[in-house]
Amino acid sequence: MDPRRASRTVSDPKIRQVGFFAPPPDRSFSGPPDPISTSTPNPAAATTTAAAANTSSPPPISDLSPSGNSLSPVMIPPPRHSSDTTHRPVPFPPVSPLRRDTLSLTVGSYNNNNNNIISSSPTASFYDESKGITVKVSPTPAASSFPGGGFDLTAVKASSVPASGLTTVSVVKTLPPGFTETIVEKVGGSVEMQNDLPANSKPLKERTSKAERRALQEAQRAAKAAAKAEGSKLSATTSGAVASANAKPTKATKPSSQKNDSATVASSEKKGGDRPPEKDRKKDAPHPRMQYDDKSRVEKAKRRAVVKQTEARNRVELFRHLPQYEHGTQLPDLESKFFQLDPVHPVVYKVGLQYISGDISGGNARCIAMLQAFQEAIKDYSTPDEKTLTRDLTAKINSYVSFLNECRPLSISMGNAIRFLKNRIAKLPLTLSESEAKAFLQSDIEQFISEKIILADKVIVKHAVTKIRDGDVLLTHGSSSAVEMILLHAHELGKQFRVVIVDSRPKLEGQLLLRRLVGKGLSCTYANINAVSYIMHEVTRVFLGASSVLSNGTVYSRVGTACVAMVAHEFRVPVLVCCEAYKFHERVQLDSICSNELGDPDAISKVPGREDINYLDGCTNSENLQLLNLISYLDCYWQL
Amino acid sequence: MSELAVGNIVRRVLHIIREEDHSNTRDAVEGFRLSVGGDNDYIVEQDHLNLSVAAQSSLCRPSLHALLERSPDSATTYFTATTEDDSEEKRKSLDPNARSLEFRRKVISAVNDLIEDINTCHLVIAELAVEHIHHNEVILTFGRSRTVKEFLCAAKEKKRSFGLFVAEGAPKYQGHLLAKELAARGLQTTVITDSAVFAMISRVNMVIVGVHAVMANGGVIGPVGLNMVALAARKHAVPFVVVTGTHKLCPLYPNNPEVSLNEMRSPSEVLSFEEFSDCMDYRIGTGAPQLHVGNPSFDYVPPELVSLFITDIGGYYPSYMYRLIADYYSSDDLVIQQKPAS
Repeated sequence: MDPRRASRTVSDPKIRQVGFFAPPPDRSFSGPPDPISTSTPNPAAATTTAAAANTSSPPPISDLSPSGNSLSPVMIPPPRHSSDTTHRPVPFPPVSPLRRDTLSLTVGSYNNNNNNIISSSPTASFYDESKGITVKVSPTPAASSFPGGGFDLTAVKASSVPASGLTTVSVVKTLPPGFTETIVEKVGGSVEMQNDLPANSKPLKERTSKAERRALQEAQRAAKAAAKAEGSKLSATTSGAVASANAKPTKATKPSSQKNDSATVASSEKKGGDRPPEKDRKKDAPHPRMQYDDKSRVEKAKRRAVVKQTEARNRVELFRHLPQYEHGTQLPDLESKFFQLDPVHPVVYKVGLQYISGDISGGNARCIAMLQAFQEAIKDYSTPDEKTLTRDLTAKINSYVSFLNECRPLSISMGNAIRFLKNRIAKLPLTLSESEAKAFLQSDIEQFISEKIILADKVIVKHAVTKIRDGDVLLTHGSSSAVEMILLHAHELGKQFRVVIVDSRPKLEGQLLLRRLVGKGLSCTYANINAVSYIMHEVTRVFLGASSVLSNGTVYSRVGTACVAMVAHEFRVPVLVCCEAYKFHERVQLDSICSNELGDPDAISKVPGREDINYLDGCTNSENLQLLNLISYLDCYWQL
Repeated sequence: MSELAVGNIVRRVLHIIREEDHSNTRDAVEGFRLSVGGDNDYIVEQDHLNLSVAAQSSLCRPSLHALLERSPDSATTYFTATTEDDSEEKRKSLDPNARSLEFRRKVISAVNDLIEDINTCHLVIAELAVEHIHHNEVILTFGRSRTVKEFLCAAKEKKRSFGLFVAEGAPKYQGHLLAKELAARGLQTTVITDSAVFAMISRVNMVIVGVHAVMANGGVIGPVGLNMVALAARKHAVPFVVVTGTHKLCPLYPNNPEVSLNEMRSPSEVLSFEEFSDCMDYRIGTGAPQLHVGNPSFDYVPPELVSLFITDIGGYYPSYMYRLIADYYSSDDLVIQQKPAS
């Protein structure tokens, strides 16, 4: 998404340029039709005009110009800008140009969420920070039921525009934070898919001379080439507020966050700038995730890594694109470094260690643990001098995220939560003091957890227990928190049913679920996944949990889930998948090879509790023999 | 009712005996026909033989070989013999012993052939490996089968380079052992868990497995979890090849095979006793047992899921397997009844 957005931001202003050239500030309120209609006929001219417009903007804008092409309408027309700046309330500090940049970037793109932050920062320090950082554009998550950038943009927009999806940016309008909040509230509790931005959110731009525009464009390109940064959610409240929040700090570790779609834009922006406008209209493919067989990237990632990982000696060739590390080397190493890792907050560190050791597992649990750790970290955070809270805090969060990713690759739910958090940070109005902002963020996180996870689970349970009848035999695979809640609730309601738990190696999570269910008094049967054909005869319903649901309905879940679903399909048993909406993602994936998580191969060779099975002891290093431990989030299956 | 091969071999031996008997009578009938009108001493015995031959031919469908070998005339001569001639009595007294000795000798040699066949079926099957495994293929196997091992090694001998995924086959984990053996022989092996079969099968060219028994309809009884692999293979259109010796071919049709042809093993292989007792601790006071653990040994795979059988007599499709039964078994042996002691 981001490259596309970026390109759009580059091109659209040019396109929109035409429409924006209407001088009066009222124009900004006129809404989408004008810019859109006027923009289409003359894309080519528009691009140059946009550039020129940028260059010709007055000093506040010229500050912006290096930052980025995609400056949207907000930045462009000089007189408007001057008038805007004068009209603008306090929230438009000098940093506002940045906001505009980002706004402009996001405008016109499908960028509903986040990540499209242009690293456009006029400050030198920013450039230095961002130099040399690769930016990865990540596809935006499909449904963080958190309203995406689209909403933000609409919030920015004139109040006349319905919140549903207009993304034209009106330069002048600055909505109070409250407005955005209400939008958020509305959609907060619902299971919602990514709002779709209209393809053309065209900011209004003033016309400038062609030469000026071209000059501006060149300057922007140069600036963009120098600066690459990670995008964050575009704030909608005010262009100024947005800009400051969105000015992305340097990414400490790119690969991990890249891998988790937390990245973005700059490279794509650069690309976008060079492409002709027609091409920009097309959707650009999201930047591919980090592939670990790309040597240069891996080297870069290693240099920035906090956790030292030694690569597994016996790597399965099919999975070269995934990280395969020796397990067991991280934990003691990290433990010894506990007191030396300044950048990482102790709570985050603790959570990371819990991930490595497997104490916390499961999409919801990991997400909640991470968010609560971030709450603690935010509580203890204090802005260093000469840095803005939003930028610095986002940088810190990025570093935490990359650390956690090194401990264990992020799950999709965590990725969505991180995106939400960054968006919130970006949307912080600049009027808030530090303590207020921190409290604000903490309550946001609290709200996210209670709404998107806890409340969502309650709704799921309430709905799913209606599917359970007396006399049912329910089958479940592994240990899913949602399914567990459903079963327990149904049992409390007094329904008579039996549960069959199918477990798979090597994690054997079903045993934990078994304990909990038997403890609560449910009558259970336990079997290995191999016996699923045997046991499916007596099963009436299958309940499965999911780590994520992808854009075409593919369910991404623990390895073995697809086998269970397939056998259930063969026996004509209904399969119900329970997944909270915040785990939805717009990624596409055909099979389990493209993206997966590889676990410790030793877990396969050692069979716990069965000392007689020791054939593979010491075999992990033989040259012909490899052990492949596909663990979490491995199976995806689609409509059978 | 788990070791079907035992019953198979018993039936095979019975069939051998019957076959020998049949061929003896056929020879005798031939001899009789040639000397028709001559000695009548043989008649009495011939009558018996004729009757038995006639009975056999009327009761059981002759196998293909018998049909091919039998000449059309012999059938017409059965009832034309007349009984006379006492001069044959003398010879009768000598010949039965010799004949029965001869008969037994033949049966014993046939049984020895059978033993030899069973012992060397791997090699014969392995010779067919080159036809089916080619360069740069990826093969998936499940659990451990000696036939499969020899099959793969034969292909390796012929310098076909291929990759191999071995699904471990819980709860016996025989896959581990197979992988170790194959890796020692130089094959590139990767061990995967059974749950990962669906994930990996999209990258696999062929699934080759060994089974416990082959039923008359072409279905197979294999290690538990094989049905899951077969379903995944069908879904991804991957050929599911079963390598088996003919001694595993069982003349029975499966009826509710998950229950009737299955064997339940100790649940501790699935859920350790410690874990089990921990779970049971929770239910103190509630009374009724709430925890069942199932550990079946075998899985039934219906014939629709099997693409090919590779046996020591060649490759066959599941729809053809019932014809092989006639070659190896006699129909009156299908249900081995115990005669009441009287």
